[in-house]
Amino acid sequence: MNKKQKNLLTRIVIAAVFFVPLYLISEGIVPLSLPAPALYALFLIPYLTVGYDILRKAALGIRNRNVFDECFLMTVATAGAIALGELGEGVAVMLLYQVGELFQSIAVGRSRRSITDLMDIRPDYANLETEDGGMERVDPDEVETGSIIVVQPGEKIPIDGVVVEGASTLNTSALTGESAPREAGVDDTVLSGCINLSGVLRVRTTAEFDESTASKILDLVENAASRKSRSENFISRFARVYTPFVCYAALALALLPPLFCTIAGIGSGMALWRDWLLRACTFLVISCPCALVISIPLSFFAGLGGASSQGILVKGSNYLETLSQVTAVAFDKTGTITKGNFEVTAVHHSPIDEAKLLEYAALAECHSSHPISLSLQRAYGREIDRSRVSDVEEISGHGICATVDGVKVAVGNEKLMNRLGVPFQHCHHVGTIIHAAVNGEYAGHIVISDELKSHAREAVAALKRAGVRRAVMLTGDARSVAEQVARDVGLTDCRAELLPQDKVSCVEELLAENAGRGKLAFVGDGINDAPVLSRADIGIAMGALGSDAAIEAADVVLMDDDPLKIAKAIRISRKCLGIVRQNIAFALGVKAVCLVLSALGLANMWVAIAADVGVMILAVLNAIRCLFVKHL
Amino acid sequence: MKKSYKIEVDCANCANLMEEAARKTEGVKDCVVSFMTLKMKVEFEEGVDAAAVMKAVRDNCKKVEDDCEIYL
Repeated sequence: MNKKQKNLLTRIVIAAVFFVPLYLISEGIVPLSLPAPALYALFLIPYLTVGYDILRKAALGIRNRNVFDECFLMTVATAGAIALGELGEGVAVMLLYQVGELFQSIAVGRSRRSITDLMDIRPDYANLETEDGGMERVDPDEVETGSIIVVQPGEKIPIDGVVVEGASTLNTSALTGESAPREAGVDDTVLSGCINLSGVLRVRTTAEFDESTASKILDLVENAASRKSRSENFISRFARVYTPFVCYAALALALLPPLFCTIAGIGSGMALWRDWLLRACTFLVISCPCALVISIPLSFFAGLGGASSQGILVKGSNYLETLSQVTAVAFDKTGTITKGNFEVTAVHHSPIDEAKLLEYAALAECHSSHPISLSLQRAYGREIDRSRVSDVEEISGHGICATVDGVKVAVGNEKLMNRLGVPFQHCHHVGTIIHAAVNGEYAGHIVISDELKSHAREAVAALKRAGVRRAVMLTGDARSVAEQVARDVGLTDCRAELLPQDKVSCVEELLAENAGRGKLAFVGDGINDAPVLSRADIGIAMGALGSDAAIEAADVVLMDDDPLKIAKAIRISRKCLGIVRQNIAFALGVKAVCLVLSALGLANMWVAIAADVGVMILAVLNAIRCLFVKHL
Repeated sequence: MKKSYKIEVDCANCANLMEEAARKTEGVKDCVVSFMTLKMKVEFEEGVDAAAVMKAVRDNCKKVEDDCEIYL
């Protein structure tokens, strides 16, 4: 509890200590008769102790011409009740209203803390290595790009960089929501916000603090407040109309029926006026919109926070709202469904040892940095001795001829084989096929393909379970490859051989088909698909750690590249919006019933307090459920 | 010019009210209040004195929500 909350708690306790005996006396339960003015005076002690700030705010509101707010409602209702001689009830309303306020303040504080703890990625300092080899603790802002910083075990990596010395395991959970630690060694890129768990790392920074991942994520989280959802806008507009409306309604309730009765001659006198005035006060207490005004923004706040803790950054509550209405999803293939790194998956028809063939191919391709060459070199897996390779001749669009260990080796596509006049075997596998010839003899072919992400299949199934009716894969890749991937993950719809601009028109087509049936989300890795990300109803970028373009263009950013998070994001948004709807329906429903009862004189002050404070506490508790999304 | 200030506010709706009040203040181009991180980010118009504008922002915020605080 902070100072303010402690202060309020003390006031509540003091007021309660005064209030309880006074109430018992006034109700005649304790046989002690006090003169009426004394009782009045004594009741004012707890009333003012607990409610003076509400009275002050109401007065300030009137002075600043923001008359109609909760404080005004409470002040009029309680002051009215006290003036009418309902001392106990008037003070009780104020007391319990403050208990409700204290409760919601503590609840909000708790949930904020649990979110900020999870998002605790802001580094406090950096250990800058000085020229003489010493270490200096500096503000991360002051570290220039290219400096060497030292990260001790247990410390946060302050700035993005590349490891130059040391090896360690990193805890990335604050960034990705993923609890499994990640290994980092020399030449690995490390991101700010990760926690170094075991070894000392020397890191050469590749960005300034402001441009580092941690800063960018914090920025994004802080700016998420600027985009309000329709529900929130609805509530603030609603409160603006609603509060004055109920005030006038209460005024009418206090004046019109007794006036009518007097004129019609049904009854008259003070008792009649008092009765209707009291009903009006009860009406005011019930109508207090706190439950809605507090719980709706709190639900979104908790929903965004809960999503962040799972490595799902939503850029605003409006996007959370859109996300909950998603019924169609379009995927990019590379980097979204597949890993985007090409791997040797098979070697076929090789008369020589497969490892030997890979060795020849890797050596022949050793001067190239093409992804295909790199995948060959990775598959070979050993240090490449470039002195074994000579006479390298690259034939553009065909492949490479070279001499390896004195043996003539040719690796490339079918065209190269045709050109060299080597008869070759066609391959029915999907992927990029590298044919090889050794000493002019066909030596088989190597299949290189992109790997599916481990959760790709489950992710598609999870989306269907989450109520996504349509899932389409869009890719620039060859049709055969695309169809194979789509089959593997269980997608029935795929559009292949698309240029980036074709993807936009494809998404537009899907948008038109899906119009009126929900929203369309596009999921991509942010590379080349920024226009599509912004064209779809909602753009989801994944594996966004370190990719600025994706963070810029997308509305929802998945910090790691697990496609299962897409369905999770949708489930979180649905839960959050569900809770918002529950709260709106519950609060308005209870209030409507109680308002009618109070107008008919069937509800007393105690019912009113239950309808106000009780509903608020329940709505706040319900709103906080948005935070618990870990096992959703 | 953009600046970020630490704030103190009790409820999410009050944070929204503060944001609205700050946006209406003269010299403020845009403002975002994050209830989650208790930060107010203010973008100022060209060539205004940030300190003076922030004083006005604080006054306006106090008008809509007496309990709030902006640490200048």
